[in-house]
Parts: sequence; structure tokens; C-alpha cells
Amino acid sequence: MTSLARRVAVVRTGTANLASVATAFERLGCAVHFVSSADGVSGADRVVLPGVGAFAAAWRAVAADGLADALRDRIAAGRPTLGICLGMQLMAAGSQEAPGTPGLGVLPGVAERYDDRVRVPQMGWNEVVPDKGCRIVPRGFAYFANSYGLKPAHAPPWRLARSRYGGQFLSAAEHGAVAACQFHPELSGAYGRALLSRWLAA
Amino acid sequence: MTRLPVRVVPCLDVRDGRVVKGVGFKGLADQGDPAALACAYEAQGADEVVVLDVSATSEGRNARLDTVRSVRRRLSVPLAVGGGVTRAEDAAALLEAGADKVAVNTAAVRRPDLLSELATRFGRQCVVVAVDAASANGRYEAIVRSGTEPAGLDAVAWARSAARAGAGEILLTSVDRDGTKAGYDLELVRQVRAAVSAPIVASGGAESPVHMAGAIEAGADAVLAASIFHQSTWTVDGIKDALRKLGVPVRPRFREGEDAPAEVAQAP
Repeated sequence: MTSLARRVAVVRTGTANLASVATAFERLGCAVHFVSSADGVSGADRVVLPGVGAFAAAWRAVAADGLADALRDRIAAGRPTLGICLGMQLMAAGSQEAPGTPGLGVLPGVAERYDDRVRVPQMGWNEVVPDKGCRIVPRGFAYFANSYGLKPAHAPPWRLARSRYGGQFLSAAEHGAVAACQFHPELSGAYGRALLSRWLAA
Repeated sequence: MTRLPVRVVPCLDVRDGRVVKGVGFKGLADQGDPAALACAYEAQGADEVVVLDVSATSEGRNARLDTVRSVRRRLSVPLAVGGGVTRAEDAAALLEAGADKVAVNTAAVRRPDLLSELATRFGRQCVVVAVDAASANGRYEAIVRSGTEPAGLDAVAWARSAARAGAGEILLTSVDRDGTKAGYDLELVRQVRAAVSAPIVASGGAESPVHMAGAIEAGADAVLAASIFHQSTWTVDGIKDALRKLGVPVRPRFREGEDAPAEVAQAP
């Protein structure tokens, strides 16, 4: 495992349960530390933007202290960055959950609530189908726990992965060494380990 | 209606750091370690694991956090934890220790605002309401204090208001069926399904895949069982194979290298 001794910086958004993310990387031989400053984000080799909880509260944490610009810069440059669940939605232009609150705006669209034809929250394992050319996101079943999701939209240089819940939604996007997942790779067993290993090698 | 693969969920009843329910028939001391059991069930294909801590003592409270930490270190599927949560701070401590969802019962019945507080702070997907129900005079009554005390509430109405208040999932246990191996209370599942749109985890009485398929048919999204796994009556894999043959969709195993290569992956 080439990931041995890799250092992974996890952004403290204040609302997230960080233990699952941290232990998932530790099981892959990584050293995990937590960052909450722009310098911490800019200086780290690998950054994870996790997120559980409410969009507005998480955005306040990200918007503080220049964190948002530091994240935008490294995402634009394709530097190793992984957004998980709400961390992916924070990369979009906003969410119906918190009208008027912006996001990083590096992924197109606004997270929309799943409609009433499906059980909300989406809670369980759904199939992720990556478009041609995805290198980090495998095809397989991953664990989701979300009420809001983005719609797939053509947005180079992003390569997309899609899933269905009611209609089609964007389950992941990647470019360079940047990946954003609506699901939780840290809770997705062998599938998640494969994704995290590929991201560590990207 | 899109339905996800049915989740098969082993449950560990833990007291003071040891799994207590349904274990010990073979005297295997190691089987009593929650982290070892959780890990074994993940390897068998468990879709998530529930830990219900039934410790009553203050020593048990610290043991509970230690248990969650030790399970989390090894488990890479979702972990729901219940037992003794009376305040948002209790839930925060469990989440920080590594739980992904927190289940509340008695405290939420006594103070339903707890559910909205948890949902606001941690998100609905973290909040499970554990509804324990017993049949009484042609309806279902909510039961609190580990199945011992009627709450004076209609269980179906309570499930509905709990979901409105912020619960993202209903862990629905038939107190009548628990431990009987007579199968889930399907009428209970049907009534709660008709009342809520949140996911339902059926619990109490499972002995076979046929029981589980029945609960799914009645509207459950996940099926929980304890003793049949602890006593090795069934492996999780075995249950899933049998469910698949009964026409119930379950999650296929992921094996590295078998996912469609990027070159042939198709956009739907």
C-alpha cells in the first residue's frame, strides 16, 4: 500500500462527525490531522471536506477566515481534495435547504430536495455509475444518507458519476485529484476503501 | 418509486462493553466483543450495524463511548447507536466517538423537542427514533424504558409525529415479538408505513429470510436481527442469498477490479 505515511488534512466544519472519516483513512495507513484555517487548507498535501448536518451552519464554518478561497484555489488547480456528502454540496452554488446561502460555486447547480415519490432522507446503498474517464470513482454500491442532491450537468473539466433516486442525480464528480461524493466512502465498506485508495494514489 | 437494496442490519445489545443478548450458547468468550462481532458481520455483508447499549450504570456510560470508539476503529459501514441518550450533548458525545446515527426512545417520548434539536444540530439523517410498540386492545401502544413501561401514546401516531419533529429513520420494534422468533409484527410495519415517509427498520422476532421478506413486503426498508446472527443460525450472506432468491433486492458485494472499467462504463 503506497498510501502508508500519507498525511490527510480533514477540514473542521464544526457540525460533522469526523471519527468515521478519520478512522477510514487511518485504516489505510494515513496520518490524519484536522485543519480549520486557510493556511491549513492551502498548505496540506491532501484535504478532505467532510460534512454532516445543516448546509447553512457548515457554510458559515467554510466561509470564515478565508477558507472558501483556499478551497476554491486548490480545487481549481486539481490538487488532492475530497468533498463528502454535504462537503460536495458546499462545492455547488447553494442548496434549497438554505436559500440565499452561497456555496463555493465550483460545481454547477443548486442542491435540490428529493421529491415525494421517494423516501426522504435517502438512507442506504445505491448504485454509482461513473461516466467514461472517471479514475477515482469506481462503479458499485455506496452508502448515502441525504435529503438533497445535485443534478448532473455538463461542466468540464469535471467527469461525473450518476445514480437514480426518483430521477437521476449527481452521485460524484472528479477532475484531476479532486473528487466530490454525495455518498459516504468512509461508510461504504470495500467500495469505499477502493475509492479512498484511488484518491490517495491520484 | 425507487427502492434501494434492502439493508440487513445485525444488532448488538451491549452491557458494560460486552454483547449480552443471544450469545453464550457455545461459551465463546470472544464472541462477546462488540468490535470483533461488528467486524465479522461487515465481512459477511452487513449493510450497517446497530449497537444498543443497555447499561444502566454511570460506569456503563463511559463503557458505551469506549465501545463506540472500538467498533468505529474497525467498522467501515454505518454505525447506529442507541441507549441512554437524554440530551443533545449525549448524542454529540456518541457521534464524536464514531456513531453515524443516534437512536432515541424514552427521552424523545418525554420531550419530543429533543428530536428537532438533534435534527437541527446534526441533520435528520443522524436521528433515529426507536419506537417500541406493543399490541393493546386492537391498536399499538408505545413502550418506553427498555420495553417495560407503556408511554400512554399510540405508537403509530407517535412514529408520525417523531418523523415530523426530525427523525430521519424509524427503528420499529415489536415488543410482543422480540425474542420469540415468530417473525416481525407485519401489521405494525404496515400501519407505520402508511403513516410515515421516512425509512423503517423492522425489528423484533426475526428467525428466517421469509420473515424478513414479509417485513419488506409490508413496507420496511431494512431488517434488523440479533440472535440469529450471534447464534450462527444464519450468516448475513446466507440471509442475503435467500432474500435474493425470494425476489428481494439486496446489495451486491464489491470486489476491487470487478467494477466496470472506465472505458466501458456507460452513462445511463
